[in-house]
Amino acid sequence: MEVHHPTSLPDALRAVAAGATPLAGGTDLMVEINFGHALPDHVVGLRRVEELNSWEDSRIGAGVTWRRIDEKGPTALAEAARTVGSPQIRNAGTIGGNVATASPAGDGLPFLAAVDASIELVSPTSTRHLLWSDFFVGVKQTAKAPDELIVAIQLPERLPSRQAFGKVGSRNAMVIATVGCVVTRDDDGKTTVALGSVAPTPIRAFRAEEMISAETSPSESALFEFQRLVSEDVRPITDHRSTEEYRRHAAGVLARRLLERCLR
Amino acid sequence: MTVRTEQPSSRIDDGIGESALRPDGIAKLKGEFEYAQDQWVEGMLWGATTRSPHPHARILSIDVAPALAIGGVHAVLTADDVPGRASFGLEHPDQPVLAKEMVNFWGEPVAIVAAEDDATARRAAAAVVVEYERLEPLTDPEDADLRDEVFQRMRIRRGDQSASGSVVVEGFYEVGMQDQAPLGTEAGLAVPDGHGGVDLYATSQFVHADHEQVVASLGLRPEQVRAHPTGIGGAFGAREDVNLHIHLCLLALHTSQPVKMVYHRSESFTGHVHRHPARMWYRHEADEDGNLVRVRAKVLIDGGAYASTTAAVLANACYFAVGPYNCESVSVDGVGTRTNNPPCGAMRGFGAVQVCFAHEAQMDRLADALGMDPLELRRKNALESGDSMPTTGQVIETPLPTVEVIDSLAAMPIPEESERAGLPGGSGLTTEEHHVVRGIGYAVGIKNLGFSEGFDDFAQARVLLTPGGAIVETAAIEVGQGLVTILAQIVRSSMGVSSVEVRHVDTSKIDSAGSTSASRQTQMSGGATLEASSRLRARILEHFAGDDLNDEGVWRDGELVVPMSRVTEDKWEETVTFRHPPTSPPDGDGQGVVHADFALAAHRAVVDVDPELGLVTVVRVDTAQDVGKALNPQSVVGQIEGGIMQGVGLAIMEELILDHGVIRNPNFTDYLLPTILDAPDVEALLIEKEGSWGPFGAKGVGEPPTISSTAAVAAAIRNATGRAINRVPVRPQDIAL
Repeated sequence: MEVHHPTSLPDALRAVAAGATPLAGGTDLMVEINFGHALPDHVVGLRRVEELNSWEDSRIGAGVTWRRIDEKGPTALAEAARTVGSPQIRNAGTIGGNVATASPAGDGLPFLAAVDASIELVSPTSTRHLLWSDFFVGVKQTAKAPDELIVAIQLPERLPSRQAFGKVGSRNAMVIATVGCVVTRDDDGKTTVALGSVAPTPIRAFRAEEMISAETSPSESALFEFQRLVSEDVRPITDHRSTEEYRRHAAGVLARRLLERCLR
Repeated sequence: MTVRTEQPSSRIDDGIGESALRPDGIAKLKGEFEYAQDQWVEGMLWGATTRSPHPHARILSIDVAPALAIGGVHAVLTADDVPGRASFGLEHPDQPVLAKEMVNFWGEPVAIVAAEDDATARRAAAAVVVEYERLEPLTDPEDADLRDEVFQRMRIRRGDQSASGSVVVEGFYEVGMQDQAPLGTEAGLAVPDGHGGVDLYATSQFVHADHEQVVASLGLRPEQVRAHPTGIGGAFGAREDVNLHIHLCLLALHTSQPVKMVYHRSESFTGHVHRHPARMWYRHEADEDGNLVRVRAKVLIDGGAYASTTAAVLANACYFAVGPYNCESVSVDGVGTRTNNPPCGAMRGFGAVQVCFAHEAQMDRLADALGMDPLELRRKNALESGDSMPTTGQVIETPLPTVEVIDSLAAMPIPEESERAGLPGGSGLTTEEHHVVRGIGYAVGIKNLGFSEGFDDFAQARVLLTPGGAIVETAAIEVGQGLVTILAQIVRSSMGVSSVEVRHVDTSKIDSAGSTSASRQTQMSGGATLEASSRLRARILEHFAGDDLNDEGVWRDGELVVPMSRVTEDKWEETVTFRHPPTSPPDGDGQGVVHADFALAAHRAVVDVDPELGLVTVVRVDTAQDVGKALNPQSVVGQIEGGIMQGVGLAIMEELILDHGVIRNPNFTDYLLPTILDAPDVEALLIEKEGSWGPFGAKGVGEPPTISSTAAVAAAIRNATGRAINRVPVRPQDIAL
């Protein structure tokens, strides 16, 4: 196995374009290697590339760790950061890695969907920004080209004033999400709700958003209608972690509770 | 954590009744302790295992050539290379060392490889080409029962089988497959001795049983194999059976080089036996005053593909199916099925855990039907010393303070509603205080100590007095439980010498200590050590006509008459084989004196439940436990806290999920163990009633904490939610949907 240690972005991009597998925190890739699911010949370590570790306002470098996001990220993203693995994992794992792996259960992804974040992809010859919904295309599948590297996550300049994150799992910490959810609500009532672990990619529940955004001060029955619409819009599966029925139920309950938090 | 126990006055520091520190504690904390995984010798090879990807298949052909062609590979062995007995097993040798014609469970070993490094060995193991014809796996244990695919059936009939009561409750209960999940995975090193024999240093709970099985399968003479105790990171029953032991010795003798093997985590989940999943059908009948009149139970446990200890686990489940309660009319029918699921065997609690969940749920249902306080119902029916076991009819002759244990627990303060241990959902921020309902549940559990049913249960220990102090030699295995501390304490108190070293010696140097299981080593190896050191002291005093012995030497009438330096000019050693009171096999109705001793514990769990999402936080678990005599109170509390954590795990999260015989979560990502954020506070009350045959009246303490803690948590969830909860682990959907 050949390992590159570039210190500049152009060098890193050249390595990626030449076929090297990017390694940031290693919290996903090393697991794949240990299980024998991945055996890359070339690996490019990204930690020494300063550009990737930078975080300027709404542009979060792909190499920013969950630990740093926990400390200074926007409310709901910081809440999500606190549920990523254990402290050791949060010290190593990065937001770029979470996006690149594109697991349906990625803890950081519902926030990106809720605020309509873009993914900044750079190759030696081009730069493009893909909206999250164009980027995530399936279970652990993205629209990233083989010669591209995820360089940053671009959040909107202005984020909704109220945000809340929640994650259901069968353990109080260090657990893969059964359902992850972010709800945002702005001063004008515009509400978004994004969910993870209930579809092949992170998804938005647009019908629920539309219904509740129109309610300036939602009644109890509006809240439960919101819950019902969220439960209807998710597309969960049954697997070894949970059942379709429970995920559908929990998605609605969690979304309603997070909305209640936003409304307080 | 508070320990409330009478501290006896001790004539020597770190003797009996004191919380002496572990001799290996600092080294373990600093990472300096050598575990089996850390072993290394010059020129050693690494072993790896080719495993079946199917739960049931016929092996059509095995081609090892592609593996042998890989550079650095020294050997690839299959069933044809096993020179002796082709199979192994603790009770019945029915499990192939390497599968020959059929594979019967997912992950069954088919070939083994030795290579110059771990990665090469694993690559070679993957390169072995095995052609399979897939067969339909039998995975439903009730189907297996109907088809008579069983390892064992068990029948207990006691008393008037036509008795009936006016208050009747029935229930069906289910327990999922728990794993021991020891942090140290299976590991070992086999070193050829150059004369056709081999030294084995592998994870184990019972080196003499390993020795016997290695000798049989290698076709060697017993003296050609030495099984050595080594550093063990947890066991909980998973290390009673052979797994990599014979493989390592085969590879070492075949290559004439030392061979090391360390299972990866996912391999560990397939490489050792699990706790038997269980299905149980119960009917309890009582009179209107709440006296148990009749109990009927059917207990089905799934043994998986091979026998392991299924027969003994089943028997135990049936013996303790009623719990610590008097009842004169009992029938229990048990079956241990054979399927293509992963083999199950010993795990902490050994059958008593599964039935405790069921009989305690039944007792709560009965209390509810009677309109009686659940603890009052248990007190009223409490099985005590002098009573007869409801199942076997055996009269209990050692202390069994059931009422005192229940009363002591009931008297412990109940936490205020406002006392929280975080909210359900934890760091996921799912739940606020107004979503939470508090619940409280109780459970009492009982189990035997030591081996039963007429098994010749013995432990040998040797005590020596040398110029450097006393030495205990034993083949008993220290798995982390603290035997190494206890044996030294016993010698200090009984002999009067403060410097004591415990040496774990190999099978050629001492006879068996029996297994580190069944909560037995404190009583058994402790018993042997006490007798050996007491005899040695008596011999020394007699020889020098003294009346006391301490570090300075032999004393007479308050004067030092022989200094220790002179005492130890002679060679002093004493070897004792200790046996507990004899037991007998059961008769055809399961009746007889089948157990040597009993221990019980009661637990009270306090839980906070978010019923809408089905999430649970265990706030605290308090316990009173019958310990006989706490030889090392801190060590006892360590067993209690750890056992309760394992019980909480089974109650709300620990389960191997099977899909047609395939384990879907053989990793710590998805096999969930409680983290520190899931750990309840624990307060333990040690109930000391001396009179057991263990040293100083001690009873084993390792298993009772795990037996009723699961049932108590389930009862608390029922209390909080009103849901029936007839299955553990309780899943969020079992509460919320």
